[in-house]
Amino acid sequence: MVLESPATQSQTESHMRLLIVEDDRESADYLVKAFREVGHVADLASDGEEGLALAESGEYDVLVIDRMLPKRDGLSIIGTLRAKGNHTPALILSAPGQVDDRIKGLRAGGDDYLPKPYSFAELLARVEVLSRRHGGPSEETTYRVGDLELDRLSHQVKRGSTEITLQPREFRLLEYLMKHAGQVVTRTMLLENVWDYHFDPQTNVIDVHISRLRSKIDKGQERPLLHTIRGAGYMIRDGIR
Amino acid sequence: MTAFGKLIRTTAFRLTLVYLFLFALFAASLLGYFAWNTRRMITEQIADTVNSELSELNEQYTRGGLRGLVTAVEGRALRPGANLYLVTTPQGQGVAGNVASLAPGVMDRPGWAETFYKRLEENDATTRNHFALVKVAQLSGGFRILVGRDLEERRRLFGIVARAAQWSVLIVIVLGLGGGVFVARRVLRRIDAITGTTQRIMAGDLSERLPVGRSGDELDRLAENLNMMLERIEALMVGLKEVSDNIAHDLRTPLTRLRNRAEEALAQSGSETEYRAALERTIDESDGLIRTFNALLMIARAESGQARDNMTDFDAADVAQGIQELYEPLAEDKGLTLAVAAESAKIHGNRELVSQALANLVENAIKYGQPVATPLEMAADGPVNAAKPPDILIEARREGSDVLLSVTDHGPGIPEPDRQRAVERFVRLEASRTQPGSGLGLSLASAVATLHGGDLRLADSQPGLRVTLVIPSRGVE
Repeated sequence: MVLESPATQSQTESHMRLLIVEDDRESADYLVKAFREVGHVADLASDGEEGLALAESGEYDVLVIDRMLPKRDGLSIIGTLRAKGNHTPALILSAPGQVDDRIKGLRAGGDDYLPKPYSFAELLARVEVLSRRHGGPSEETTYRVGDLELDRLSHQVKRGSTEITLQPREFRLLEYLMKHAGQVVTRTMLLENVWDYHFDPQTNVIDVHISRLRSKIDKGQERPLLHTIRGAGYMIRDGIR
Repeated sequence: MTAFGKLIRTTAFRLTLVYLFLFALFAASLLGYFAWNTRRMITEQIADTVNSELSELNEQYTRGGLRGLVTAVEGRALRPGANLYLVTTPQGQGVAGNVASLAPGVMDRPGWAETFYKRLEENDATTRNHFALVKVAQLSGGFRILVGRDLEERRRLFGIVARAAQWSVLIVIVLGLGGGVFVARRVLRRIDAITGTTQRIMAGDLSERLPVGRSGDELDRLAENLNMMLERIEALMVGLKEVSDNIAHDLRTPLTRLRNRAEEALAQSGSETEYRAALERTIDESDGLIRTFNALLMIARAESGQARDNMTDFDAADVAQGIQELYEPLAEDKGLTLAVAAESAKIHGNRELVSQALANLVENAIKYGQPVATPLEMAADGPVNAAKPPDILIEARREGSDVLLSVTDHGPGIPEPDRQRAVERFVRLEASRTQPGSGLGLSLASAVATLHGGDLRLADSQPGLRVTLVIPSRGVE
């Protein structure tokens, strides 16, 4: 049961080295296989101690750590790593029904948090955004994708030579997409990062915002930049490349 | 464990042992004190008698010489129950008195002594020695005089006290042990009854209740409290069962659909595109399941009160505006206008959950809402120039000490009798069966209201529905 995410199509040029710390054999094997399928290298640790040892010794781009583990729990692994100055991005997976896990997880030094059950597409998108190799233009003042240009200081957006007027929220949406240009961002990631809501809307509310944004930046253009990745989310990239 | 072993392990029995020890110790020390004091008193009395007799006899000697003394001693020695008397020459020869023998050397030392003795009249080998407290005094001319009193009385009294001590300690032990066993058995019997019932309850019969006696003692109170706890557990279990039945029902449908679709795709030999399409539909379906699942967890979280850890102060108006901003494009897509009328109103609560509750209400309003009829149609007797009111209105305002967050739509509304049911989990009123959704929106909103100490009110807005989230502004601590 390997999910071939279309999200990976743009990612094949850069592999990530991942460490998965998960005690449930079946989901662990599935994750390792699924990550390999999309071109990443994944190591596996099945308990907290092993996970900590591997995370300390190996050079990983992202750690995917289950919250509840035998021998040492996930938050403690991250806490220990952070205390020793290891800042490898870490994503926490958590079993359902735990109280305010996200806040506890992030407080313990985790960089992102995903409750179970999750879809692999969601996990993959989040891991790829977390990875340091993709951390590229985050602090730049101007983002460029194809002929689309966004100035973070003056809040100006231009497609070619045409200036585009965006609502403040549309600007933040585009800013987030362009910050992660070439990477898939899911609807949940947008809701969390652009709107700061951590719930799951039952409707396609994000899609409507995207289609509004799309009509402003892509309408009448030969090369659309804002792409829908089926089963995963959205990606902004220069279509030809 | 044997029945006896069980008995002596009870708290009641162990307490009995402790008290038993304390009481025995108390009785023994009381008797000991009594015996010691009595002995001292008797001894003092004897000493007084001896001293006064000795001084009288001394006087006789001074007045009447040896002859007078001998006469006096002989006289006294003949009285019934007489004390002991002995007068000796400087050579140690007895001159007068009623003493036949003494411990050796008693006459040589003037002063107090305790000695065995024999009287003259019982001077044969068979009678045993008696004890006496004696005082020897030196008389002028080398004579010595001894006056003493038998200690039999003191010995007997001491014996009585010692026996009393033995008996009382024995009785304390017997009564104490008996009482301990009685109490322990009584307690044990009732504890056994409680244990038996709890075991039956653990085996699955939640309707069992513990036996409650009429005495109203601590065990009865315990049993009553346990029964109340069982009542609550049973109610929770029933609720849980209802929920899981609903979950089973409502999750089974999409799961079956999911399975059928996969099976169907496998059975027919399709092209890759067809397979892909089938897989994508499968993923969509499972995403829907995950959403339902998450919503259920969210409700459980709100209902259990765990989310209270995460309370902050925030403005209801910000929440209302944020949600309006998020959903406005979606409403517009459906041809509806979504407006917000918010006044600043501070809430202490879980911002995330309140936002989600309001989002659910707005999603419902968008799902079921209809455009407001134009003012022209509304006014039968001529054109009216009033501005068209919004199709959906989000309001945030204060009312007394409550903060109200309401969403008003112009849809078909919910008939009065159905309103309570609409809030229950998975209940989707007949009219809404054709609409997508998990049927959890209102239940979550209601759970969030409860979490904040408020409630969810459904009202008719003629036409349409007004759902109001009422949150006390003091909120939950």
